[in-house]
Amino acid sequence: MSNNKPIIETTDLGQRLNGRDVLRDINLRIEQGEVFALIGPTGSGKTTLLRLLDLIDKPSQGKVYFNGTDVTESDRQRLDTRRRMAFVLQKPVVFNASVYDNIAYGLKWRGVSRENVHTRVDDILDMIGMVDFHKRNARMLSGGEMQRVAIARAIATEPEVLLLDEPTANLDPVSTAKIEELITDIIQQYRTTIVMATHDMSQGQRLADRVGMLLNGEIVQTGGWHEALNSPRNREMAKFVGIENIINGVVVSSEDNVVTIGTDDSVIEAVSDCAVGEQIHACIRSEEVILALSRLSSSARNTFTGDITRLTFTGPVARVEIDCGFRLVALVTRRSVEEMPLEKGKKVYASFKATAVHVIRRG
Amino acid sequence: MTKAIELIVSLDPEVMQIAGRSLALAASSCAIATLIAIPLGSVIHFNSFRGKRLLVNIIQTLYSVPTVVVGLFVFVFISRAGPLGNLGLLFTPAAIIIGQVLLVLPIMMGLTISALRGVDVTLTDTAISLGANRFQTAALVIKEARFAMLGAVIMGFGRAISEVGLSLMVGGNIRGFTRTLTTAISLETSKGELELSIALGIILLFIALVVSIVLNRLQQR
Ligand SMILES: Nc1ncnc2c1ncn2[C@@H]1O[C@H](COP(=O)(O)OP(=O)(O)O)[C@@H](O)[C@H]1O
Ligand SMILES: [Mg+2]
Repeated sequence: MSNNKPIIETTDLGQRLNGRDVLRDINLRIEQGEVFALIGPTGSGKTTLLRLLDLIDKPSQGKVYFNGTDVTESDRQRLDTRRRMAFVLQKPVVFNASVYDNIAYGLKWRGVSRENVHTRVDDILDMIGMVDFHKRNARMLSGGEMQRVAIARAIATEPEVLLLDEPTANLDPVSTAKIEELITDIIQQYRTTIVMATHDMSQGQRLADRVGMLLNGEIVQTGGWHEALNSPRNREMAKFVGIENIINGVVVSSEDNVVTIGTDDSVIEAVSDCAVGEQIHACIRSEEVILALSRLSSSARNTFTGDITRLTFTGPVARVEIDCGFRLVALVTRRSVEEMPLEKGKKVYASFKATAVHVIRRG
Repeated sequence: MTKAIELIVSLDPEVMQIAGRSLALAASSCAIATLIAIPLGSVIHFNSFRGKRLLVNIIQTLYSVPTVVVGLFVFVFISRAGPLGNLGLLFTPAAIIIGQVLLVLPIMMGLTISALRGVDVTLTDTAISLGANRFQTAALVIKEARFAMLGAVIMGFGRAISEVGLSLMVGGNIRGFTRTLTTAISLETSKGELELSIALGIILLFIALVVSIVLNRLQQR
């Protein structure tokens, strides 16, 4: 990666809660100005990790560095560092006070003068579009409004790092869109470094530059979205990133990085450096599967025939399940379903390229 | 019964004086106890130390300590032969106040601790994440628990105004000096002066009613 000093770095960070290792060996580098998404299923340790990064909890193992300084132990340093960051917790709580006072708290606690608090809070209220709400008790707000106040309260102090824990969990689509817009505004206006936990893959892709995948308390991989979505490291992560077709098999031949994989009663060709005899999972994203009523003479190496067992629609997209010895799911447009046409029980040819198959070693 | 109502409506000086004294004594005890219970309860809540749970358990057990036991305890201390005997406190309003303070301290302290415990931990975490130090966090939590803590104070007041055994033992029920609503009721009833008893009883009930309405209101906040 770059030579920049990371704004946050962790080394072998671990957290043990109630005698159980909730986090293990977390080595993260968050670069200045980047938007980093932490994704992983519920219970994978996202919240626990964010609490360690914000120095709310002390780790049972490892160290946290802020701008290169070890800030893991000293209480004074932890408070000072925490005051350069802000953390919006998963469950938005507001103080039993006006919207104005809620946003002002962080500034007051830092000893900012009254007038400066005033101008700053007014600016923020304007930014979140809640100027008219400033006198209202924050407890009376809707969930979406509370979350906006919670984010506003966090950025009021102009943090160098903003930590967000599932900022749109439990919100309706309209409120979610507003919160995402607000986060985008923050990214553009302040260039704040952001670490956000989310279990919403598409939200992560909309907002973040880089992603770290957390599974059972361990970072399974970090990198760009393309890699995360198309080359997951293990079966659970493949499922989590939405790969619907995961087929077990064994490599039966290999030549120039093109392998032939034997499954129960068919063969799949894929691009991989696995050796003959290795047990693997073949992962194929459902949008990579092409359907036709007659055999296609294209470059697609893998073609299977089977009957459609299920056909469901979500908006303009149709999800087609085919039984071709193994279950294969394809995503096609509603229009092509109507034009071909496709229906339940019909025999189809399903094909995908060898390069569309991602091979994971079974371990 | 009509005689009793007459005593109240006509603002009978003796009845009014007794009621006023009761209110003043309970309010003073309550104020002193509040000044002790809220800081002490907060210190217990915000610190972790050995035996904390045991201490809280003891405090809770003392909620229902019999008034006569507190009366006996105070009596032993302030009677002529006791350690504080030379202050001449026995059978004075001051003695009643000391007793009532001791009586309501546990309930006020215990309910203060419960009120602070009742504040959502996420709120504490939010304050910490926004850069509050230990004292700022504690101040915020106390502020969030303000209505529940006011409830603790009012519970204490309710207990102080309605106790009888203690005032009788260390106050002596001296007419025009230490006679309160409850001690007067018990004396007048035993003398057969039911009208006066009923009048005082109605006033006491009324006070109790107001206390309970205020408490209910607070619990809804
Ligand atoms: N205070 C705690 N004590 C014990 N276990 C905890 C505590 N907090 C979280 N856990 C456990 O740690 C795991 C990770 O939790 P969490 O970090 O909240 O995951 P996520 O935010 O990814 O859903 C879960 O299995 C959870 O039950
Ligand atoms: Mg979480």
